[in-house]
Amino acid sequence: MQKDFIPMMAANPYFSLTLLFLAALGFGLTPLGLAWLWGKVFSPPKPNPVKNAIYECGLVSKGDAWVQFRSSYYLYAIIFLIFDVESIFLLPFAVAFTGLGAAACVAMLVFVLMLIEGLAWAWAKGVLTWA
Amino acid sequence: MVDEALKIEMGKQGIVVTSLQELYNWGRRGSVWPMNFGLACCAIEMIATTMARYDMARFGAEVFRPSPRQADLLIVSGTVTKKMAPQVVRLYNQMPEPRYVIAMGACAISGGPFKQGYNVLKGIDRYIPVDVHIPGCPPRPEALLEAFITLQKKIDAQPLTGEGRPRFLDAAAQGEFPVPVPGEHDLEPASNKGVWPVPVVIR
Repeated sequence: MQKDFIPMMAANPYFSLTLLFLAALGFGLTPLGLAWLWGKVFSPPKPNPVKNAIYECGLVSKGDAWVQFRSSYYLYAIIFLIFDVESIFLLPFAVAFTGLGAAACVAMLVFVLMLIEGLAWAWAKGVLTWA
Repeated sequence: MVDEALKIEMGKQGIVVTSLQELYNWGRRGSVWPMNFGLACCAIEMIATTMARYDMARFGAEVFRPSPRQADLLIVSGTVTKKMAPQVVRLYNQMPEPRYVIAMGACAISGGPFKQGYNVLKGIDRYIPVDVHIPGCPPRPEALLEAFITLQKKIDAQPLTGEGRPRFLDAAAQGEFPVPVPGEHDLEPASNKGVWPVPVVIR
């Protein structure tokens, strides 16, 4: 059984792929590992606050690199989505319009009304006024 | 170490002999990436050096990096004003070792034609160690290439161990170079004592 194992593995259609994948992985990781080892063995690290500072064209960096964005920007994402999705679905609807039945038209109308409802909600919330 | 004459003789017979140091330095000198950093009119000559006519790429230095994190060589190309000096020193500090500096032109060496100016630094070597100085106002691209070849020769000659090894292989060598701050009359400190011995003026 032990004897059969290797030929069986080689017979697998994925065997050559696995071999190539491992070779590719080694090709990339070996130089990186060697470079890391070289640095570890030969060059002593000398970190300091100036060197580790956030890079900002040589000026003193202000604040943190981990900047937070206001979560209320999701409103713009929603409004973008309303018009974006609308156009994506309306185009095939318009192309196939002559061959559609009444049920399809009603379904499309409901869909558009849902989007308009979202727009109306955003309007009422005052998202559309730029301040 | 293999004798130089023997090495040439063996090379003629088709046998290549090298040492780890030679191989390492060959790799280092062939991939010096300068920083994308220009200060004044010398920078125009520096740009010309990288373009097709002078073609710095022949020496493996065409990859100008816009970040100090990826650069090996700082070409101080132009007048360093006292307002700009802290930025230059900070950028030098932010470069990873091994790092080299070419002071390009009269201004970067000594202040040049603007030496008498109240706001001009009289040479960048007051704050950071400079490997190659090129005179000229501005130096021609050939001069910058000459400086670069000089730097390559310097890198080639650096041993990996013992006396004269590059700073990044030496645990005791200075890693941080103090960034000057604008004082009341001059930058403070006026020079980095470890890099530049203050000359005694005899009147």
